[in-house]
Amino acid sequence: MIRLSIFTQIHEWLYSLMPASSAHILELVLIAAAYLGIFAILGLLLVWLERRVAGFFQLRLGPNRVGPIGLFQTIADALKLVSKELTGTVKADHFLYGAAPYFIITTALMAMALIPFSQEIHAFDINIGVFFIASVSSVGVVGIFLAGWASNNKYSLIGGMRTGIQMISYELSIGMVIVTMTTLAGTLQISELIEMQRNGWFIIQGHFPAILAFMIFMIAGTAESNRVPFDLVEAESELGAGFHTEYSGMNFAYFFLAEFVNLFIISSIAVVLFFGGWLAPFGITDGLHIPFIGLFWFGLKVTAIIFIFMWFRWTFPRFRIDQLLTLEWKYLLPINMVNIVVMALMVWLGLIIKF
Amino acid sequence: MSYFSDIIQGTKSLLTGMRITGNYFFKNFLTRKDVITQQYPDNKDTLKMFDRFRGEVTLAHNENNEHRCDACTTCEKTCPNGSLEVIWDKYKDPETGRNKRVLVKHIYHLEMCTMCGLCIEVCPTNALEWGQDFHHASYDRGQLTKVLNKPGSKVVAGLKG
Repeated sequence: MIRLSIFTQIHEWLYSLMPASSAHILELVLIAAAYLGIFAILGLLLVWLERRVAGFFQLRLGPNRVGPIGLFQTIADALKLVSKELTGTVKADHFLYGAAPYFIITTALMAMALIPFSQEIHAFDINIGVFFIASVSSVGVVGIFLAGWASNNKYSLIGGMRTGIQMISYELSIGMVIVTMTTLAGTLQISELIEMQRNGWFIIQGHFPAILAFMIFMIAGTAESNRVPFDLVEAESELGAGFHTEYSGMNFAYFFLAEFVNLFIISSIAVVLFFGGWLAPFGITDGLHIPFIGLFWFGLKVTAIIFIFMWFRWTFPRFRIDQLLTLEWKYLLPINMVNIVVMALMVWLGLIIKF
Repeated sequence: MSYFSDIIQGTKSLLTGMRITGNYFFKNFLTRKDVITQQYPDNKDTLKMFDRFRGEVTLAHNENNEHRCDACTTCEKTCPNGSLEVIWDKYKDPETGRNKRVLVKHIYHLEMCTMCGLCIEVCPTNALEWGQDFHHASYDRGQLTKVLNKPGSKVVAGLKG
């Protein structure tokens, strides 16, 4: 399952050094370590980006002191958090309390293994790719739920309960959008999904229903990653810090990083499903052999989607819990159901646009 | 049906909000013109505080080193914290032969001042003014006790209080 065509040299070198089975295991460990590194760097970069973007939205400058344009600010913050004491409550359920951050990190990492950074950098390309991401990311709720429950704190518990409501509701929308897009594509494998978009991205191929699906995906994706306007989980004015009230130091940082990595994962799914993954727009760089060009296009598209999520965050006010549920069950779900039928009809009648 | 018009209305209002915040973002991202952040220690030399800023109480002197204080001590009596002390002397006016006051030292205890501005409001000859300097930090509170009248300064001639 593991494809490493750009790293073939490392692969062959490892296999020439030791027996095949141990080389295979060593490779798995190396990839896992690389993904942990990507996880940390991505989290820190996104926190920095969020703060910079927030600054410009609010007529400020944002962090710009540590390093060039403030790039090392988040690293300094992370170092501070590492050096802090890990406090906990006496009456907490200690095993679950300690385990909760790792649940969230593990699910985020599992989902990240499926993200196609480029044609070559794609660790785990199974035939049920998008379905796998959707199911794994719903396990992330368990982490938040555990944190809320095990803290033995009313605020945390309310935060965790709200997560349960919110995630289960909006998971449905995400799943339905994925069904809509796979109706168009006819496959769940991520590499095939991207390959099929050589004749126009899905948002163009599917035109009207695809655009509607994209809008629903953006709304549900914001709710999935627990960001404003759907941040009822940790609503500062009501719940202190919500489910991570009792966490400090590095345990808190895990939650914080995982939140931003989840944002990245949601944006990557949007890019894969609607904007052609690592494909260049109109194939403008197809003939040229530039190394890492897929990574460049993928990064550009994901950054654009992440920027839209940040734009949402600094524009919209927070929902009340009943408004949140009304939006999902009375508006998004019926629209989504009609949308699937419309998409199926379009595919059946051949009304999709292909270049 | 209000269901669909609600959706359209809602989408429209969300887009209006995003247009406004987007305008702010791109304007500041591209030009940094409206950014209101002051990068303080860097702009120490060019930083000019606004006119109404209450940095410290000063005694205004004109270009001939003359101030307008006739040592009436109204400010000293008004100050709620006792941070002003007016030390004066009396002399005989050669023209009229009557006793008059002259200012010797106008002492200002910055460490006790709350910048309420009563002394400035109450001064009958408008001798006191706000100063805009705010670099007051020091390691010794003795440095915060200041003499407001400059050495060798005199009262403006013909002052009527």
